[in-house]
Amino acid sequence: MYPSLHTDRRSFLKKMAMLSAMTAAAGMFPGILFAEEQERGIPADTDLDWKKAPCRFCGVGCGVLIGTENGKAIAVKGDPKSTVNKGLCCVKGYHSIMALYGKDRLTKPLVKKNGSYVETSMKEALDLVASKMQETIKEHGKDAVSIYGSGQWTIPDGYVASKLFKGCIGTNNVEANARLCMSTAVTGFMTSFGIDEPMGCYEDIDHADTFVLWGNNMAEMHPVLFSRLLDQRLRRGVKIKDFATRTTRTSMAADKSILFIPQTDLAVANAICYEIINNGWVNTEFVQEHCNFNKGLTEMGYGLEDNYQFTDKPEAISFEDYKTFLEDYAPEKVARLSGVSVKDIKYLAAHFGDPNKKVMSLWCMGPNQHSRGTWMNNLIYNIHLLTGKISNPGNSPFSLTGQPSACGTVREVGTLTHKLPHGVVTNKKDREFAAKIWNVPVENIDPKPTYHTVEMFRALDRGDIRFMWIQVTNPMVTMPKLKLYRDGANKEGRFIVVSDIYPTPTTDVADVILPSAMWIEREGMYGNSERRTQYFEQMVQPPGEAMSDTVQLLEVAKRMGFEKQFYYKDETHIEEIYNEYRKHHEGKKHNMAPLEVLKSQPGAMWPYVDGKSTQWRFNAKYDPACSNGKDFHFYGKEDGRAVIWQRPYEPAAEEPDAEYPYWLCTGRVVEHWHTGSMTRRIPVLHQAMPHSYVELNPGDAKRLQILTGDKVKLTTRRGEITLPASINERGVPAPMQVFVPFFDENMLINEITLDSFCPISKEPDYKKCAVNVEKA
Amino acid sequence: MPIKSYLAYPHKGKKKYLQQAFLALEGCEVLPADNEDLLILVTETDSREAEDCLKKKLEAIPSLKLLAMVSGFDTPKP
Repeated sequence: MYPSLHTDRRSFLKKMAMLSAMTAAAGMFPGILFAEEQERGIPADTDLDWKKAPCRFCGVGCGVLIGTENGKAIAVKGDPKSTVNKGLCCVKGYHSIMALYGKDRLTKPLVKKNGSYVETSMKEALDLVASKMQETIKEHGKDAVSIYGSGQWTIPDGYVASKLFKGCIGTNNVEANARLCMSTAVTGFMTSFGIDEPMGCYEDIDHADTFVLWGNNMAEMHPVLFSRLLDQRLRRGVKIKDFATRTTRTSMAADKSILFIPQTDLAVANAICYEIINNGWVNTEFVQEHCNFNKGLTEMGYGLEDNYQFTDKPEAISFEDYKTFLEDYAPEKVARLSGVSVKDIKYLAAHFGDPNKKVMSLWCMGPNQHSRGTWMNNLIYNIHLLTGKISNPGNSPFSLTGQPSACGTVREVGTLTHKLPHGVVTNKKDREFAAKIWNVPVENIDPKPTYHTVEMFRALDRGDIRFMWIQVTNPMVTMPKLKLYRDGANKEGRFIVVSDIYPTPTTDVADVILPSAMWIEREGMYGNSERRTQYFEQMVQPPGEAMSDTVQLLEVAKRMGFEKQFYYKDETHIEEIYNEYRKHHEGKKHNMAPLEVLKSQPGAMWPYVDGKSTQWRFNAKYDPACSNGKDFHFYGKEDGRAVIWQRPYEPAAEEPDAEYPYWLCTGRVVEHWHTGSMTRRIPVLHQAMPHSYVELNPGDAKRLQILTGDKVKLTTRRGEITLPASINERGVPAPMQVFVPFFDENMLINEITLDSFCPISKEPDYKKCAVNVEKA
Repeated sequence: MPIKSYLAYPHKGKKKYLQQAFLALEGCEVLPADNEDLLILVTETDSREAEDCLKKKLEAIPSLKLLAMVSGFDTPKP
């Protein structure tokens, strides 16, 4: 039996209850102060210097104020001036600074020699990284070196990484862990609108009447935003509909919880479109004026094989073709497949169909980590486009992000194999534009994308990639089918550099470990889910020889002979990099706010035009980039029209069968952020959730004679793992389904997950594979 | 073992009285707002029955205008 969590959890739950109430209060009374709570834990008689920053953790991008004294960060409070969180934080945010001061911070570079790590100086370590990279390029070619970063990279980190690898070295081997969480959102936006990122903003929450949460446990993953929804319910009686595969805290707080069988969200979304059309709820004028209809290829496969390739072939169809396609998705047919009753399908559709209701859809990993994720994103947009409920305050399909700068760095800077800061590598004009700003010959930028994340690690395993530099991410916990990729990284002839702040399973595979400066130990910017760029200054010194990821890259670039391109002065390098980066986005569609604006306020939303953030894109009333003379202009597409896609239901890559009869879903918990490398070093969070577990349905547990705390063996075609059981605690899976969080490096659930991915976005499906469950 | 949090609105001029009344009850933790007429109340009880009993006592406090629940957690006994 594992020890009970209950004793430790009670004080944590009280804290959560208090924070929920504070957040709700802040929604009703902007600027409300709870000095007692906010200053609890701050030593008396302190003279704190408070400075603003975006929170280090999730993609919501709460504004926080950091109190420093004698060179140490000692207090955090929500920034009352921030429109994102209106002065409050979630439990992770309140404890964020403690992640700076874990006992085992990496402070010196470590180089592996004869199987063990030896301390060295930063100068020597960076010399080694640069020389190894040059040696690898000489022996194996430029495409044998790669960099793998993350949505926690600051904007300058990602920018200099892209410039070095794509512009100077000439390889498109640049990827980031946002491929594992947000690339589906990108391809969803690109296929439906031709331009990335949400058209709306968080203020939509203050205007919507109904919130539909698509496979999105907001109460745990985006608690501050969810509190804003709850606050609106208290104030205005708005309705929250939870549409999910598992009963969660979100379901319990929602007005209605609807469970569906995994993967069948595709069918239900189509059934909603069927209902909208067949009940005459289509906003005909909007659709005729602003939408096209397309279909793409089907039966695309699941990317399970090495070197898998897929390119969609869009084909125009008519509204009548689309209507005929939807005949297969009548609620009566879909109910049998999805487990969602006809009544509930019609109920959901009616909320979208009601012309007097404003509807906001919110989603994150459910539709994104999905083997047909791009399709699922398209289908949510279809519903909003058919009803014209888009790009208007309160009418908003809103894709949430998980990391503090998944949008700012990965999506906007473009740290993915096919991307450039503006446009894509395959486009000649985009290459010419980037090359000019980067001061490199245009021929340097390879027009062919190389590897997306899963394929990049497969290439490392094969030996096509020989050198990989990993910054601010932990792939040896997060990669699906993990063993394959860990074995690949450990093979002879591979050289792995890892920049991080703590030892992790990823530093375990490194040949060189570089200690990084974290968050407010350096200067930078993050970009959040609502297109808001936020600046933070350096507030404290990093420990030992720790250095920002930006400076590490600059130092290596200079050692490789690219002094001309990396000319920035030490004291002003962040400002110079940001000003150079802004040039890529000049124009009304994506202009970034000047640095002095970001320094003076809690961020600004792009497009930042004529001194103003743009809250609702594509709507001529709010967006200065609209130029077609109409009320809406989807200018990401050449003809200014958004696309309604014909996308069918197709089964998951691996579904339960006689041998593996359960569905396995993985995800996160409120206490820990991603792989827990930071939050597990914060005592209050670690004590509240010290280890992973497997949630079972109470009926299944009873049949298997499993009680909470009993050891349970999960077996898939990739391997097995034993975890303690959790029954009727945090969440409750539907019958014949289990859920396991991935934060615990001692119970690596990704050892047994499947590396199938969406063929369009290449994002893995962490939510679905087949598993057997036994009492251990 | 329920844990609940509430927004508590006092009658005009009664914020201090309401805070004192809450603190006089077992299982109540109070956090007053500094610049608004509002208090946060967190209750912790041993059982649903004790929770119901406490709720009745809370609702009987004369200085309380409105009690709005924000969140509720229920953990089994250790």
